[in-house]
Amino acid sequence: MSNAPHQNPALLDVSEVSKAFGSVEVLRSVSLKVTRGEVVTVIGPSGSGKTTLLRCVNFLESYDSGSIRIDGKEVGYRETGTRQRRSERDLAAMRAETGMVFQSFNLFPHLTAAGNIMLGLRKVRGKSNAEARTIAEHWLGRVGLAHKADSLPAELSGGQQQRVGIARAVAMEPKILLLDEITSALDPELVGEVLEVVRSLAEDGMTMLMVTHEMAFARDASSRIVFMADGGVSAVGPPAEILAAGFDNERLRSFLARFRASHF
Amino acid sequence: MGYTLNFNLIWRHFDKLWGGLLLSLELAVISIAIGIVIGLVLAVWYVSAGRAVRTIIAAYVEFIRNVPLILLVYLVFYGLPTVVDIAYSAQTSFVATLSLYSGAYLVEVFRSGLEAVPRGQLDAGKAIGLTPWQRLLHVRLPTMLRITLPALSNTFISLFKDTSVASVISVPELTYGAQWINFNTFRIVEVYLVVTAMYLLTGYALLFALRLVERRFKAAR
Repeated sequence: MSNAPHQNPALLDVSEVSKAFGSVEVLRSVSLKVTRGEVVTVIGPSGSGKTTLLRCVNFLESYDSGSIRIDGKEVGYRETGTRQRRSERDLAAMRAETGMVFQSFNLFPHLTAAGNIMLGLRKVRGKSNAEARTIAEHWLGRVGLAHKADSLPAELSGGQQQRVGIARAVAMEPKILLLDEITSALDPELVGEVLEVVRSLAEDGMTMLMVTHEMAFARDASSRIVFMADGGVSAVGPPAEILAAGFDNERLRSFLARFRASHF
Repeated sequence: MGYTLNFNLIWRHFDKLWGGLLLSLELAVISIAIGIVIGLVLAVWYVSAGRAVRTIIAAYVEFIRNVPLILLVYLVFYGLPTVVDIAYSAQTSFVATLSLYSGAYLVEVFRSGLEAVPRGQLDAGKAIGLTPWQRLLHVRLPTMLRITLPALSNTFISLFKDTSVASVISVPELTYGAQWINFNTFRIVEVYLVVTAMYLLTGYALLFALRLVERRFKAAR
């Protein structure tokens, strides 16, 4: 066994996942692997299924066929041969293994910054109040908000709220972090502070799957870029290759051209 | 005309009014407390239940909202004991009626509040691995309560006024006290002036206190 060739098993294995909302196919047989420590960025025009794909990974959305495995374990359905949705309790336990950061932050408005981070630690991880507080303060420090531990979300700027959102997700020590257009709702001058946090997490080896429109960030921070169009994976490769203007993919070329036209 | 206002007789019997006011407040507080429990349980049940349960809850709400309170009071106090073999005091009967009455209104208040909790917050609760029950308790209910607090205090104030209906089954609350003084002194203008002032002042005091509470919660938004 020890002589077996080195294999890097996928931490996240999305295999031929399809999903339709009524007659609209939002995901068409999407396959995608993310290995431990990798940062994979999903780009593509709006309506191409990027966000839906991300939301399937922690089963905020169900999928019609195919499988999504994290560490070899099927996410949303029981592994009994018949396709049967997991119990709510199982789903909750599975979701605790993934972290998610949302475009609209989605902080709990009645809890302080620390309280937002502590809720999952206490109720899901079973930490004591004091333990949870220590962990929350550690992560707030990491995102540069140690002084805002007792502030309510309404008292924080968008960039600060989003950094709390990131801290809330990573404090749970997820196997993989899902980032869903996390800078899209921010004023341009606040984008940098949030991306800086993501960059430092990447340096720590956090496995991430992110949807973003920040091309420069995608180029610098990702190990691979996935280009989605019309619900399918249209191109995958290292950033330099995908973002090179001459890549042999008509759709990708026109997406990048339109993107450059609107952003520069 | 030649009618001169004379409040002396009213002040002599003021204990009837004071005691009546306290009882009115007591009836309102107990009824809204029970009403909140009914409203919460049914609203939570409603938003998570299937069609059959929803229909039954909706029927209860519609029935209560479309029947005058005074009829409900008669039905429970006079009607029910003749059909089923139970006995209760007028006061108990009224509290039961007003609780069911406020419960029906609060189901609607809480249901719309629960549905107004932003989807994103529930997603965030799911994403950190909270079970449905934990999401309800720690995410949905706290936000819902903040949303519904103004409607809740309005309901309480109108419930306080509705306690006057209890006079028709001789529960000695404020309006009944006024009637008693009226029958015994014939000072009809004076007594109803005083009682109106008492309802008004108490209503405003409650409103003021509840708005303070709301502001505290709003600050914590």
